[in-house]
Amino acid sequence: MNYYFKTSDLDVGYNGKVLIHDINIAIEQGKILTLIGPNGAGKSTILKSITRHLAKIHGSVHIADHEIYDWSPKEMAKKVAVMLTDRIRPELMTCEEVVAMGRYPYTNAVGKMTPTDKAIVADSLAKVHATELAERDFMTLSDGQKQRIMLARAICQQPEVIVLDEPTAYLDIRHKIELLDILREMAHEQGITVIMSLHEIDLATKISDYLLCVKGDTIAKFGRPEDIFEGDAIEKLYDIAHGSYNLLFGSVELTKPRGEPQYFVLAGGGYGLDCYRALQKRQIPFATGILFDNDVDFQVAQVLSDHVVSSSAFEPINETVVQAATKLLSKCTAVIDAGTPIGTYNQANAQLLKFAQENNIPIRHSWHSILKD
Amino acid sequence: MNKTFSISTGRRKLKTAGRFALVAVFLVALLLWGLVLNVNTGSADIPAGDVFRMIWDGLRYKVLNTLTGDYASELQYALAGGANQRIIFSIRMPRMLLAAVLGGALATSGFLLQTFFRNPMAGPFVLGISSGAKMLVSIVIIFLAPYMGKMDSFTMVVASFLGSLIIVLTVLLVSQRVSSMSMLLVVGIMMGYICSAVTDFAITFADEHEIAELTSWSMGSFSGASWETVGYSAVFCLAAMLLAWLLSKPMGAYALGEGYAQSLGINLKVFRACLILLTSLLSACVIAFAGPISFVGIAVPHISRSLLKTSRPAVVIPVTYLCGAVFCIFCDLIARTVFAPTEMAIGTVTSFFGAPIVIYMMLKRRRGQEA
Repeated sequence: MNYYFKTSDLDVGYNGKVLIHDINIAIEQGKILTLIGPNGAGKSTILKSITRHLAKIHGSVHIADHEIYDWSPKEMAKKVAVMLTDRIRPELMTCEEVVAMGRYPYTNAVGKMTPTDKAIVADSLAKVHATELAERDFMTLSDGQKQRIMLARAICQQPEVIVLDEPTAYLDIRHKIELLDILREMAHEQGITVIMSLHEIDLATKISDYLLCVKGDTIAKFGRPEDIFEGDAIEKLYDIAHGSYNLLFGSVELTKPRGEPQYFVLAGGGYGLDCYRALQKRQIPFATGILFDNDVDFQVAQVLSDHVVSSSAFEPINETVVQAATKLLSKCTAVIDAGTPIGTYNQANAQLLKFAQENNIPIRHSWHSILKD
Repeated sequence: MNKTFSISTGRRKLKTAGRFALVAVFLVALLLWGLVLNVNTGSADIPAGDVFRMIWDGLRYKVLNTLTGDYASELQYALAGGANQRIIFSIRMPRMLLAAVLGGALATSGFLLQTFFRNPMAGPFVLGISSGAKMLVSIVIIFLAPYMGKMDSFTMVVASFLGSLIIVLTVLLVSQRVSSMSMLLVVGIMMGYICSAVTDFAITFADEHEIAELTSWSMGSFSGASWETVGYSAVFCLAAMLLAWLLSKPMGAYALGEGYAQSLGINLKVFRACLILLTSLLSACVIAFAGPISFVGIAVPHISRSLLKTSRPAVVIPVTYLCGAVFCIFCDLIARTVFAPTEMAIGTVTSFFGAPIVIYMMLKRRRGQEA
């Protein structure tokens, strides 16, 4: 495989002190590499060493078989563009002027813009859908607009590699999606290699060709997103002791209520989600069942309750499972019927309801009534 | 979409260029008006017509002299001139030209510092340059003067220039080691305090007349002007301004912050050293010839930026120089004439007009940002 961007045994850190050692990355041209990891893990430190804002301590960084530290600042500027977390405050500068700064390595000694340069500026603005902002004073823009302009500035530099430090910070969800779409387009259509850090793991797995998990003094994992995450990899990477992150859906659940279950939630098919979360919010422990293990309710129930009664998908529910559920139910003060319809394959739920009636355990048909407080 | 864009860019470029031309013409006109006013007003009012005739005559004799080497005619001319001629040629003209040259230098060095620190309140004196000059001048006046007999103005010029340079070199040295702007600013301010302490220490041992001398020096004045000082400072300051203008490309990129500037291929250490050196030399020159003059360095760049409605260094630097020249010429005129025959210190006038301008600009800027 011909790798375009490569680091070998790279050690990075400040003032000669190594923070993260032996970073080995290798990706092809036009791919997207995303650095993820907890705050302070050193994502920015790695990015800064790749952009030469911070001198590397040991090892090498290659772009197309050239050591980037051998390039002159100007050569470097023509190959690598950056988008930093620094919030800039240029006075009396229009967006167009900010973007035009990207032509710096290409213009002459006094910075004269040729018609080609101007066309590239216009083109860059169009790429981030900001043509109408050209004449606006940069300082009057919203955060989302500013990020777009800074991206246009980087594009305008016509780099081969673009390095972005948390480009989605300060952006709302719509602008996050828009920005990542632009990056994907650049990578796939123009073959620009994108290296960035993101806080949103769900977005990172969806946009990236490669992920680099940074944790502590070394690289926890490097590879394709689908190969990296299995089981509780995310919880381990971020040291999540409470709460959980569901990679399949990109959803976050907060800390699980602990203790003996107070309610038994009859659920399935997504009917239980609201109820689970409402109970979690009040930190009330609950039991739930009977869920097939491919059920969407099961994904959430698993991380919010220690008392989940589940059954294999595509199989009839067997008697031992029903008995386990009945045992749990008898300990609860009430049953909450989340409203899951009872059909041919979940007759067991009807059995549980009947058991509750016979044993005078109250049945609620809406969690709102009991959780009103 | 692309087409409409390029048309609008074109119009805007034209607008900037047009605005630049308009502002430049306006300032040049003001400058000329100021020069004329300056020459013909004062304790002896000389009609403008006479002034022009004398300048014309002077030039004619000068040219004749150089061509024929006829010194007799110069002597004849000088004798024929009389008091008014002497007032104009050896007092008013050098003085106003010095005010123009140094005013522009002061304003330019202010602009450079504001670019450097990306802080609109930075002026030529935040780095402690004037304190350094004052320190050395006070030492010379108080401790060395008794051994040197009478103090001449040349000694003062040298002392204040050396004093400024000591601080400049220190700041330059520090700037190679620290990477953060604010640290450098802190160092500059602290250096200023140290120099003030030394100055105060020296003053403890001073006589009354020495203190008076120091105070009058530290308020600044263009009254020490001669053709020689005008010549030296003009060559020096205009060269420095030209060099500064040549740095306008990296300066523009620097407005985006150091991180971006570096990623565009600027060698930060070299650039910062050049900028500090230029701005310091400019202000050192001003301090040496006219003493520390406050507020020009802060107020004038603001005025020129808001006149131009851009902060592109390539256009702002020349306009700032012009604007500083105009500002100082009129301030000097006021200093000279309002309470004539008593003359005010130039620093008094520049502060009086400069400070309100700065406050107004700040308020306006803040409002613009909140909107």
